[in-house]
Amino acid sequence: MDFDFTPEEEAFRDEVRRFVAENHPGTETPDPGAMKKWCEKLVERRWIGFSWPTEVGGGGGTVLQQFILKEEMSAARAPSLGFDFMGLTWVGPALIRWGTDQQKRRFLPDLLNARSLWCTGYSEPDHGSDLGSLQCRAVREGDEYVVNGQKIWTTLAHRAKWIFMLVRCDTDSSPSKVRGITCLLIPMDSPGIEVQPIVSLTGVHSFNQVFFKDVKVPVGNRLGEEGQGWRVVMGALAHERSGISEATEKVRHLEDLIELARGSRKNGRPALEDASVRRKLASFQARISAMRLNGVRHLTRQLRGEAPSTETSINKLLRGSIEIEMSELALGLQGSEGQCEGDWQARSLNFHGTVIGGGSPNIQRNIIAERILGLPKD
Amino acid sequence: MNFGFSEEQELLRQQVRKLLDEQCPMNEVRRLIETPEGYSRELWKQLAELGFLGLLIPEEYGGAGLGWVDQVVMFEETGRTLFPSPLISTLLAASVIGDIGSEEQRRRWLPVIADGSRIGSLALLDQADVWSTEGVRLTARRRGDTFVLDGEKPFVVDANRADLLVVAFRTGGDDADLALAVVDGDVPGLEVTPVPTLDRTKCLGTVRFDDVQVAAQDVLGAPATAGPAISRVLDRGAAAVCAEMIGAAEAALASTVSYAKDRIQFGSPIGRFQGVKHPLAEMYTDIESFKSLVYYAAWALDRAPARVPLAVSEAKAFGSLAFSRIGIDGVQLHGAVGYTEEYDIQLYLKRSKWARPMFGDEDHHHDRIASLGGY
Ligand SMILES: Cc1cc2nc3c(=O)[nH]c(=O)nc-3n(C[C@H](O)[C@H](O)[C@H](O)COP(=O)(O)OP(=O)(O)OC[C@H]3O[C@@H](n4cnc5c(N)ncnc54)[C@H](O)[C@@H]3O)c2cc1C
Repeated sequence: MDFDFTPEEEAFRDEVRRFVAENHPGTETPDPGAMKKWCEKLVERRWIGFSWPTEVGGGGGTVLQQFILKEEMSAARAPSLGFDFMGLTWVGPALIRWGTDQQKRRFLPDLLNARSLWCTGYSEPDHGSDLGSLQCRAVREGDEYVVNGQKIWTTLAHRAKWIFMLVRCDTDSSPSKVRGITCLLIPMDSPGIEVQPIVSLTGVHSFNQVFFKDVKVPVGNRLGEEGQGWRVVMGALAHERSGISEATEKVRHLEDLIELARGSRKNGRPALEDASVRRKLASFQARISAMRLNGVRHLTRQLRGEAPSTETSINKLLRGSIEIEMSELALGLQGSEGQCEGDWQARSLNFHGTVIGGGSPNIQRNIIAERILGLPKD
Repeated sequence: MNFGFSEEQELLRQQVRKLLDEQCPMNEVRRLIETPEGYSRELWKQLAELGFLGLLIPEEYGGAGLGWVDQVVMFEETGRTLFPSPLISTLLAASVIGDIGSEEQRRRWLPVIADGSRIGSLALLDQADVWSTEGVRLTARRRGDTFVLDGEKPFVVDANRADLLVVAFRTGGDDADLALAVVDGDVPGLEVTPVPTLDRTKCLGTVRFDDVQVAAQDVLGAPATAGPAISRVLDRGAAAVCAEMIGAAEAALASTVSYAKDRIQFGSPIGRFQGVKHPLAEMYTDIESFKSLVYYAAWALDRAPARVPLAVSEAKAFGSLAFSRIGIDGVQLHGAVGYTEEYDIQLYLKRSKWARPMFGDEDHHHDRIASLGGY
């Protein structure tokens, strides 16, 4: 048990701090030009894909250095590490794990050089939580698959160059319905793909429906073997769940919430004099610390060579409840002001997406109960 | 950064687990808590011989010279089996002596604690539920070289079985006038009244001081060191209780999971129903998160003193809430058998009610987190 970072890791932390001090564009969400510049600087340092092995062109950092990198970037409220969150968080690791040499050479350089943009095609209108029953079909014809079907909730499909996609290759006669699932990597400009926007409750167009009509995909674009897609996606989902459940963002939100409380009044008195407000804030703090430490705990498993797995459902669950309760407290503190548009209002709405995305809380509870505690499947 | 136990620690866990499984399984726990002393002197001796009573005591005073992370491993196991003993009290009393005692005082008391011949406890607070030096109200009079104590300390853990008590009192109005002294359990004028407890694996008593004389040589530490020493031992106490809470919570979860797999209703194990399996998943999530917080606090106790207060408060606040819920849900998910004397789950429920206020409940620790965080 040792919670200290090594001198080398601390030196790296200083390096990140210096970098941010010199290169912070002054906002977390810079305009495209400034964002491009920011990414170029990150690429120069090889901080995009920093923990990927050097053999595939990654930065060769440890997962702990990557943790430090993210923590410092977040503490400084710097822009994100590249544009391609999905590509970097799960598509890249899946390619490293399952890709052929040729696929690695083809896809990883763009990811590492901030030239990629991936979207993820899992969900279908009739197959959400029950992902294993998905129906989008791929039929092999010679050296190609012909894909027909529909995906939905596909975030960024309207901008992505590639889709990380699950299809079914069997005709559903197999006893285990996940057996025929296969992972394909498909260019979004392929003939036969049509993207239709869906506007979210925040009024923003971030996700889509995607229709596939006789879309031809070379067999070389299959990731893993035919019928192995379920294993590919289980790993990818673990990366997704840990990636979207890091404590860093919550630490920032809690800082904001404490500031909000500092400036608010409750029953005519400063809100921070109200014991229930302070205790709620403190309980968020304790839970966020637990998330951070859980994250570190899972990383040290990865240092020992274990791939992320079901344990990532723990932080996904914590994150969901913390987010919802935090925005409820924020709006409560604002009182009538809470009826107007603002940051916390946006968050209180956005949380509804992030809590469901990557698998709903009920699904995380099922995973923990069935796969960790060994209870019977429902 | 390494979030794992060492091989030695895993071995320690196995040894303690094996010993408790063999010597103090649940039927023995149930038998012991019916006895007047409430624990087994026999087993206490055995723990001493195996070196388990002095894990934290430095080697030169007869202990093993290990750290809090090791101690947490042991407490997880004693918590798991609800092992009834004055272990935590004794260890905390020793820790105060080790913390601020003089060389002579350490030599006098630490070896006899490590070898099992003396049991210790803390009698610090006279205001229940003020878990800070402010809770120390007992004021001593000076009589020549000695202090004289008149008053009462409520809710002293293991008061009935302690051979020595580390007592906190005041010699004046300032915090600098706080004092700590070791008082013999059978000194004239000291009277212990046991108080029946909800969790009968734990003992409480009221300690009355009636003209009890404390010799100068029994007063611990230089002037003005007692206050900080009290704060430190309150944090160590919270950490110790947290470690036992982990073990107990895990055992409660394991027992409920196994019941949910066995019990058939509507033609299916009840563990198939989400109304059953989802609370179990929440328990697991809470326990894993609680462990992360407690291990970090234990490491801080060993290596990073400045981080202890916040780390301990985050752990105890989180754990007090989580374990209370685990106790309640654990019983509920057993149905009516959960309400019986016979099933062990009720013992864990009672332990959760013991642990929650011990060294501060979630309100206390949330308040402290807020103060430490400047809000
Ligand atoms: C903001 C956002 C972005 C997303 N981005 C993508 C993306 O890029 N790519 C992609 O493929 N998908 C994406 N999704 C889809 C997401 O993965 C699904 O929404 C999610 O898996 C749930 O599926 P569903 O919406 O069909 O809900 P359903 O599965 O219909 O669930 C509805 C409700 O029923 C509950 N429920 C369902 N089954 C069970 C069960 N067995 N036990 C208990 N409760 C159950 C759920 O918890 C939920 O509350 C995104 C979703 C959101 C909100």
